[in-house]
Amino acid sequence: MSIKLGEVPYKDRVQTGIEDDFMRQAVSSAQGRFRNGRLTQAAELGNWEDWRELGSEIRTHTLQNLDYYLKQLSDNVARRGGHVFFAETAEEANQYVKNIIKKKQAKKVVKAKSMVTEEIGLNKALEEVGAEVVESDLGEWILQLDEDPPSHIVTPALHKNRQQIRETFAKKKGYTGSDTPEEMAAFAREQLRQDFLAADVGVTGCNFAIAESGAVTLVTNEGNAEMVTSLPDTVISVMGMERIVPTWEEMEVLVGLLTRAAVGQKLTSYITAITGARLEGEIDGPEEFHLVVVDNGRSKILGTEFQSALHCIRCAACINACPVYRHIGGHAYNSIYPGPIGAVITPLLEGYDDHKELPYASTLCAACTEACPVKIPLHEHLIRHRQIIVEQEKKAPTAEKLMMKGFAKWSSSPAIYNLSAKMAKPALGPWTKDGMIENGPGPLKDWTGARDFYAPQGQSFRAWFKQRQKDGETS
Amino acid sequence: MTIENREEFLNKLASRLGRERRTEGVERPQWSVTPQEEVFKGMNQDELAEVLEKHCQVIHTTFKRTDRAGLTQVLRETIEGYEGKLIVTSNDPRHQEYGVAEFFEEAREQLDVHVWDPAAGKENQRIAEKADVGLVYSDITLAESGTVTLFNNKNNGRSISLLPKTFIAIIPKSTLVPRMTQAAQQIHRAQAQGEDCASYVSFISGPSNSADIEMNLIVGVHGPIKATYILVD
Repeated sequence: MSIKLGEVPYKDRVQTGIEDDFMRQAVSSAQGRFRNGRLTQAAELGNWEDWRELGSEIRTHTLQNLDYYLKQLSDNVARRGGHVFFAETAEEANQYVKNIIKKKQAKKVVKAKSMVTEEIGLNKALEEVGAEVVESDLGEWILQLDEDPPSHIVTPALHKNRQQIRETFAKKKGYTGSDTPEEMAAFAREQLRQDFLAADVGVTGCNFAIAESGAVTLVTNEGNAEMVTSLPDTVISVMGMERIVPTWEEMEVLVGLLTRAAVGQKLTSYITAITGARLEGEIDGPEEFHLVVVDNGRSKILGTEFQSALHCIRCAACINACPVYRHIGGHAYNSIYPGPIGAVITPLLEGYDDHKELPYASTLCAACTEACPVKIPLHEHLIRHRQIIVEQEKKAPTAEKLMMKGFAKWSSSPAIYNLSAKMAKPALGPWTKDGMIENGPGPLKDWTGARDFYAPQGQSFRAWFKQRQKDGETS
Repeated sequence: MTIENREEFLNKLASRLGRERRTEGVERPQWSVTPQEEVFKGMNQDELAEVLEKHCQVIHTTFKRTDRAGLTQVLRETIEGYEGKLIVTSNDPRHQEYGVAEFFEEAREQLDVHVWDPAAGKENQRIAEKADVGLVYSDITLAESGTVTLFNNKNNGRSISLLPKTFIAIIPKSTLVPRMTQAAQQIHRAQAQGEDCASYVSFISGPSNSADIEMNLIVGVHGPIKATYILVD
């Protein structure tokens, strides 16, 4: 897998999402719960705006000095017995990890949930060299068994219901129990425990790397990242190059923002900072540790007007606030990064060609910007994307181009304008019922598919106003 | 230890940022706001204990409070409640200090206690995997989030608080601080003075859980299914 999920056109993806009643219900209830959680936590702190400001300042300073902090981080990882590989592309990152797998003759790899490894398609690369890869986050495991992509960056299997999950377990793992979440989770615990114990290599992402110590911080509720980093003898952490903080003090602030903004928790059950290889005499933890720092297009964003998009801490608060995501769901974005942040960064990472519709998957209501715990101006980035798509990339939707051309001609001739204002009512007569159009023709179809359209009144505002003056009703 | 492709990678970043490489002299700025310093500021240990107790309800963790004299009794009850037969615990001088070593000795007939032993290698993990209870002492306790901080090392394996079915943390009252801020400051100060952090620093807040199936909260996924904190005055 890469950032892009598939080849289905945007309109069809949106339609599929809108027609999926279970998914829409699940998304709307999840959004409600996550948002309430975040708002409750923010209210409890009382000075949430100060926290956001602090988060924003930390991210700004770190990104401005990214080269400095990445050097410090890598020096410290090496000093603590780890190896560091800087990968400019997904291929380089995958090749490096493949080489380790081959060298170790690893049969089984256990993974903790990681967006960046999804982004670079690491699982597929590892399978190419014959390793069995097991996702250990419950949601990711369900999706892996079902060969389905994630639809949310925090709860990846949000679009699946319990019956579907039970069926997947039965088909792929011989599960015979009920579809109660507890029983299915207990089954997953038992199955995955064996994988943890048998794994040769553990692979994790990285929530925040701490430059001053060379530590990699992982945030989970299930404890799977702890299994992945405690039991196998080789551990590989893969990080997007921007996922770094100067010291433990900034890590602490950002972790608190992340857990509150993501799931409304003060902290998740497990926050773990792992530094290099295990020390002499230690039993748990890896004897060999690798950190892979991934660019994969991020440096193209650095130094541009979109730089603050790299401040993202992947909490999904913007996704949970977005009215468009609520209706179309995660898969409609055709990116492993959905929602407002996905609509901002996907075109930056992969170009506009395949993703030119995404900046339009927004009402520009700015709920995302308001929700962001590190104050990324998401809706402003979306507006700027649209500008670039229209003005520089010349990729405005064809219908919009035609319409704009037509509008320019039409509105510059008073005679044509007046005539059409008069003619609109009789022309739309066949589709009009009680002054409303419920199933309009041509371009009106997209509008009336979801809601009614007021029929034209047959009189322009100017004509109406003239008449009113003539009648002397001026009060 | 190897570092590969670093120079060209970082040079490119500097050039994207429109400047020369920065290799020294970068200091964190004075942040314009520091809300993290204000949370529960000035609270004493008893007030922090109340905050902790209250938050334990949120994180599905049983909270018990006792003093040194009562500790072994509370510990015994908690282990019985978890139907604990096989216990795994850290090799910790606090076992002596809190009379827990003595309790293990007394309960030898009923309890099989494995104290983490670096010389036993991977056998430690195998025992932890079968254990009913993992028992540790909190190094720093965060009142706000109900968090036990562990600096794992060769005498205190990560597996103890991870692999057994249940988890018991003894929390010396003196380890209570308002929130993660104070723990982070402590580690940062030590690091700034050249004292390396533990290879594994764990912040644990209650039992493991997941909401990945239809957003239903399930307590007990990969890590322990139940947790008890015993605060000792």
